[in-house]
Amino acid sequence: MRYNERELLSLARQPAEKAAEIRMSVPKKGSVLKKRLVKLVVNFLFYFRTDEAEPIGALLLEHCKITKEEDNVFSISFIEEPERKYCFECATEEQCQEWVEALKRASYEFLRRSLIFYRNEIQKMTGKDPLEQYGISEEARFQLGAHRQ
Amino acid sequence: MKLNERSVAHYATCDSPADHAGFLRKRVERHHHHAHHHGTSYQRRWFVLKGNLLFYFEERESREPVGLVVLEGCTVELCEAAEEFAFAIRFDDAGARAYVLVADGQAAMEAWVKALSRASFDYMRLVVRELEKQLEEACKSLAACRKSPRRSSSSSGRKRHLSNPALQPLQEKPTTLENGYSTWNSGGCVAGGASYTDHEGGQTKPPPLPPRRRSAAGSATGSPAPGLSPALLESPVSPETICFSKLHNWYGQEIAVLRREWQERQKRGHP
Repeated sequence: MRYNERELLSLARQPAEKAAEIRMSVPKKGSVLKKRLVKLVVNFLFYFRTDEAEPIGALLLEHCKITKEEDNVFSISFIEEPERKYCFECATEEQCQEWVEALKRASYEFLRRSLIFYRNEIQKMTGKDPLEQYGISEEARFQLGAHRQ
Repeated sequence: MKLNERSVAHYATCDSPADHAGFLRKRVERHHHHAHHHGTSYQRRWFVLKGNLLFYFEERESREPVGLVVLEGCTVELCEAAEEFAFAIRFDDAGARAYVLVADGQAAMEAWVKALSRASFDYMRLVVRELEKQLEEACKSLAACRKSPRRSSSSSGRKRHLSNPALQPLQEKPTTLENGYSTWNSGGCVAGGASYTDHEGGQTKPPPLPPRRRSAAGSATGSPAPGLSPALLESPVSPETICFSKLHNWYGQEIAVLRREWQERQKRGHP
């Protein structure tokens, strides 16, 4: 599958929502934890060797599962391959919790659900659709019940 | 750079609904090794927009996308191509290629341009934050109503307001909101009789598009990508952003208190 790597690399250089040096392993046989610079930008998680400007890799954070594992450790796996886990060992339990929370909220799908939720709550409270003023109330992605087919 | 391509391809083809889809002709970009053009040609592809990702497939029924355009930071413009109904997706980067796409007609072109311009994560986040604020304000003014002095005429009005089905204790809880694994019970969300009347038309404008992401000033070549550089053009996720199960509980409590008070007043008779 082709993709615009150049733009993705550019995205990796943007200000991050969250970034830290974390030990990480990939779901490959014999993979060990290695210190990486891990950077969350929109719905992508980039990981770098700590002394390099270009990331080794990127994970699109859609349809993934963030799991708190044992002490200081969390993992990311994807819905179609739940056994393949990217593991992250944080410095502290607190840091681990922060990352878990941040990553759970990091997908476009999550934003979409939040939007639908707030829209609905505002509508219930005020009787008005808050998206009307923006002229986007008809867009498919903001419809309640349009998803989960 | 590696990408979790298998998962990305799965996301492209799974049954989560697309934000927009349709056939477009995509201009084939050729390398100009020689002075003269080889002429432009186009390939018809099936395009699917999901979030900030634009996938394209050889055929509508294809099991896997042939390509992906990550749309974050792009602009979408109408295009001066020889083709009618052409538009282009461009990026900030000076050397970056543009994706020139051709729709079947005016309406299709406009729909695509509209959908793509608002496809970024940044935009979505902007709208969500705006609504978060509005909900907070709606709750605050509800609380203010409660505190203001009551008169018999206005109390009946308020009673009607409080008996609005909107103020039922919030039953629908998004339990685990993991990316794609949501156990959200969207069936319970629609209040009885809530209708999303759309008064579109007039001078409504969408929220302004957030400024395009530009390379952080500090990312000089050779230095490893730094951590949280001060965002010049946009702020990272605010630390005050509460996950909305907490928000949910907070509002739920407010409303439970209001209901109780209202019920007590009912028993006493109107003050």
